Amino acid sequence: MPVTGTPLDEGSALDELAGEFERALLSLNRPQIKRLIARAAGRLTPLEIAERIVGRALDRIGAGWQGGAIALSQVYMSGRMCEELMEELLPPGDGRRKEQPAMAIATLDDYHLLGKRLVTSVLRATGYDLRDYGRATVDEAVRRSLDDRIRVLMISTLMLPSALRVRDVARKLKAASAGVTLVVGGAPFLFDPNLWREVEADAMGRSASEAVDLVEAILGEMR
Amino acid sequence: MSRGAMTSLQRVLTTLGHREPDRVPLFLLPTMHGARELGLSIRDYFSRAEHVAEGQLRLREKFGHDCLYSFFYAPVEIEAWGGEVVYAADGPPNSGIPLISSPERIPRLAPPEIEKTPCLVKVLAATKMMKARAGDDCPIIGVVMSPFSLPVMQMGFDRYLDLMAEQPELFAALMRINEAFCVAWANAQLNAGATAICYFDPVSSPTIVPRETYLRFGFAVAKRTLARIKGPTATHLASGRSLPILGDIARTGTAVVGVSSLEDLGEVKGACRGKLTVLGNLNGIEMRSWTPHRAEAAVRRAIAQAGPGGGFILSDNHGEIPGQVPDDVLLAVAEAVRRWGRYPVERIAADET
Repeated sequence: MPVTGTPLDEGSALDELAGEFERALLSLNRPQIKRLIARAAGRLTPLEIAERIVGRALDRIGAGWQGGAIALSQVYMSGRMCEELMEELLPPGDGRRKEQPAMAIATLDDYHLLGKRLVTSVLRATGYDLRDYGRATVDEAVRRSLDDRIRVLMISTLMLPSALRVRDVARKLKAASAGVTLVVGGAPFLFDPNLWREVEADAMGRSASEAVDLVEAILGEMR
Repeated sequence: MSRGAMTSLQRVLTTLGHREPDRVPLFLLPTMHGARELGLSIRDYFSRAEHVAEGQLRLREKFGHDCLYSFFYAPVEIEAWGGEVVYAADGPPNSGIPLISSPERIPRLAPPEIEKTPCLVKVLAATKMMKARAGDDCPIIGVVMSPFSLPVMQMGFDRYLDLMAEQPELFAALMRINEAFCVAWANAQLNAGATAICYFDPVSSPTIVPRETYLRFGFAVAKRTLARIKGPTATHLASGRSLPILGDIARTGTAVVGVSSLEDLGEVKGACRGKLTVLGNLNGIEMRSWTPHRAEAAVRRAIAQAGPGGGFILSDNHGEIPGQVPDDVLLAVAEAVRRWGRYPVERIAADET
């Protein structure tokens, strides 16, 4: 199905393509994923593919996970495949990538890295780039954010003590007047929807794909 | 059986038979609170079997719940395999750098010999001490990580998902090794005095893998493993959702399922009625900031939703109460069970409290 015609037809065709792409991701059908992207590439720029095909599909998959209809393993594999795909279409450092302030992601004293990996994949697959601080202590996360002039710091947590330690990061960043927006996510924040405010974060993402919406909102406020 | 003055064990066995005991049993599962009770750091507390046995007995005396919990911390099995355990002052010990650095190492893995592994011997010693002091009136709950879920700590979550999707032979080899260990570890705890084994299997939850993947892997592993465990088992999804697979879990041979606060307890109970006893589902993370009044409301609501007819044990939704939950909240939970859990329990609309 070619992506051509009037704007209305085009929108509808893109919706259909994004739907097919989502189904291919969930069934881990790599050949079909490549075919669909090749079809889109005839009409859309790499950044448009990131936003209108990949981003839309990952957003729906993230919403499905939040609602309990889609499993985390599917979110992970979808994000990973899209990240690989976009690294071919839009390599890191490519001038056609989105203009954005410096962003970074870390876990706090925690070897459970899946959440960080999910967010990284989804953001990279939708055209953003971010630094990966890996497993960091509170002081390391703060120091590296200041050194790198980070504007958006994301912290992914699995364990409650790590989530509670976010407060130390928030206070140290504020004390340094660094202007860093602190975004948190992970299981403790899902089970206690007030926790992100309690630890003085600026925002909370309920899924990896919600990170994209949050980043877009934060960037909108910065402009 | 008369409803008057049941022991904890009688109460639990009655509800497992899908009949109504004297009151709803309460499985309060605090682990780190034992350290606070004894005035020890978490590391010191878990360093000796005597501490954990004493801590559990004191906690039961304080809260009056219906089990003792011989669980130390999740990565005790990782420690047994030679992996790293990271201690924190304010949380449970956590697994460190994954011990399987590359999937190619899987065929060379050998499960630990239980009797030669100090951290496992310590758990068995604590179990024996609890049994010697509590006798037959109170169930002692031992814990194993399911062979299907242990690899999250053995090799890291992302690499495990990659293995499951892309390297079926190495995945099958890991399951064989883990199954052998899991069965031996469960049976050793039963021999030491555990009444039942809690089989923690969060990866089987539809929160983590789709039902088709569960049926292909987690379900098959559970069926093989549970059949070789020589005692009753409870499957716990550690906060993960359960509704789409409750019928499947019932076919694995387990008696109990630990369910999430993310799901409606009444709906879960409806799907489990007559097949599985429901264990859950108080939100342990939120419990940190509950007032005693809110604790009572949550207990009352859970009992009204899942208590009628038996087949229900009130507990938290994760299988471990965070150390940050204050004692007055746990006391309020226990008191509310005594107040609202006496059969026949009230039936209230889910949104009434």
